[in-house]
Amino acid sequence: MQTLELQKMANEVRKGIVTAVHSAKAGHPGGSLSAADIFTYLYFEELNIDPKNPKDPDRDRFVLSKGHTAPGYYSAMAHRGYFPVEDLVTLRHVGSHLQGHPCMQHIPGIDMSSGSLGQGISVAVGMAIAGKLDKKSYHVYTLLGDGEIQEGQVWEAAMLAGHRHLDNLTVIVDNNGLQIDGKIDDVCSPYPIDKKFEAFNFHVISVADGNDMEQLRAAFTEAKSVKDKPVAIIAKTIKGKGVSFMENQASWHGTAPNDEQYQVAMADLEKVGEALCQK
Amino acid sequence: MSEVKKIATRESYGNALAELGAQYPNLVVLDADLAGATKTSVFMKAFPERHIDCGIAEGNMMGVAAGLATAGKIPFASTFAMFAAGRAFEQVRNSIGYPHLNVKIGATHAGISVGEDGASHQCNEDIALMRTIPGMVVINPADDVEARAAVKAAIEHEGPVYMRFGRLAVPVINDPASYTFELGKGIVMQEGKDVTIVATGLEVSESLEAAKMLEADGILAEVINIHTIKPLDTDLIAASAKKTGKVVTVEEHSIIGGLGGAVAEALAEKAPTKMLRIGVNDTFGESGPAKALIEKYELDAKSIYNKVKAWL
Repeated sequence: MQTLELQKMANEVRKGIVTAVHSAKAGHPGGSLSAADIFTYLYFEELNIDPKNPKDPDRDRFVLSKGHTAPGYYSAMAHRGYFPVEDLVTLRHVGSHLQGHPCMQHIPGIDMSSGSLGQGISVAVGMAIAGKLDKKSYHVYTLLGDGEIQEGQVWEAAMLAGHRHLDNLTVIVDNNGLQIDGKIDDVCSPYPIDKKFEAFNFHVISVADGNDMEQLRAAFTEAKSVKDKPVAIIAKTIKGKGVSFMENQASWHGTAPNDEQYQVAMADLEKVGEALCQK
Repeated sequence: MSEVKKIATRESYGNALAELGAQYPNLVVLDADLAGATKTSVFMKAFPERHIDCGIAEGNMMGVAAGLATAGKIPFASTFAMFAAGRAFEQVRNSIGYPHLNVKIGATHAGISVGEDGASHQCNEDIALMRTIPGMVVINPADDVEARAAVKAAIEHEGPVYMRFGRLAVPVINDPASYTFELGKGIVMQEGKDVTIVATGLEVSESLEAAKMLEADGILAEVINIHTIKPLDTDLIAASAKKTGKVVTVEEHSIIGGLGGAVAEALAEKAPTKMLRIGVNDTFGESGPAKALIEKYELDAKSIYNKVKAWL
């Protein structure tokens, strides 16, 4: 997909996030919006997948280790054709297949249930080991939050991935700089993130603007070329990206917009969409 | 009487995996730096490429096992019961139980029979923890024959299974020629009419010994081996309870939440019966030779006999 098309799609994904979380009256818009461009790039450009054949043993795998950003994941999947975009308004409703955190038994195409932080990366490592054992060429991707990497299990998993030279694994850290209690460097700093992954025998790619499709394209292209090491992409992003009043506000980590805020948010995104159409 | 052969069920576990490895090419074994102790080293030698040592990181090992299962592998995640059910509880719950993945957990060194390592390594809570997870099968085999059969049954079963094995060599009480393992089905080891003794794991052989002592006093005990604690064979236990009117549970596990808890829950609803729970009595263990600890914590045949006799 051309970069402009990816940008337009990312904007649609963002609208889906805001709509879903507003409808649910709960959920996590901040980290979904910061990662919307990553979700879009993965699902519309990077992953070798087919929504019509979600169990293909040769498909690429994706594990959303930061499972609370399910609205971003669901929105990208819906737009990619895994289920109707209209379903997004059922997020977190009783009986909906769109659980608050991803559940693989409810949605074909979700490769792993997640939500408890730190666990998804271990599962991704297991998938990558399976790919090596079976001599398959599929690639495994997992997306982590920068707060999430405070979980010790992340580094247990990273140690094993580096030790086993899993070059079929790409770990992406959504470095939006905020967690529930505030700035990550005020709460319990995980910095330097790049040096940590390097020390765990990863090839590290730092992305200055993880909301920029061209920079994401360059990073994922480089990641694919790396041999003998797992890759960590550290993407600097803006929490709440695209919605004026949510940007860089920790308070929008896990809060839903009310009706009035929803209108403002959608108007913000409409404006972005119109500007992209002028290009 | 000829000497009874004794084998630790952890040995049975490792041997069974090595034996079944060729038959099941998707079988993989994971360890957390304890392959020598969990006895999976036998499998590792036979199938080195299918053995994954995760290092001392049990939470990660459970997640890696889950990832392997999503790709069609049948992973056996092996470590001590303390770390499998205790440390990694939440990983087992959320990464294995909730998505109902086909992961088998081989938990060795369960109970106070760990011996000299002491209370930090003597897990008396694992059955209680694991049986609360929806869809989790919990197996606690009594001897070598049953343990090896349980491993095969776990492979054949689609879904998560927790298996409990011991460090101590225990008598082989089942005949391999006639023994069959049926998941979720208890085994009446001996029929009786005066009291039902429901036992699990190494306490099955102790209970059979206790039943002999009771018989000498004219008390005929029905002894039931419950190798599968979840799903529990409630029909068998309730029928026996109705027959004898008195039920004793015996386990090398806390009396809270384990076999005793499971049987009490079942009988309270299906056939309320007078009960005595014998197990680790809401306390931590300590260091010492396994046999001495089993006696000190009153889990040996003589103690079971005395307790049942006093209770009846």
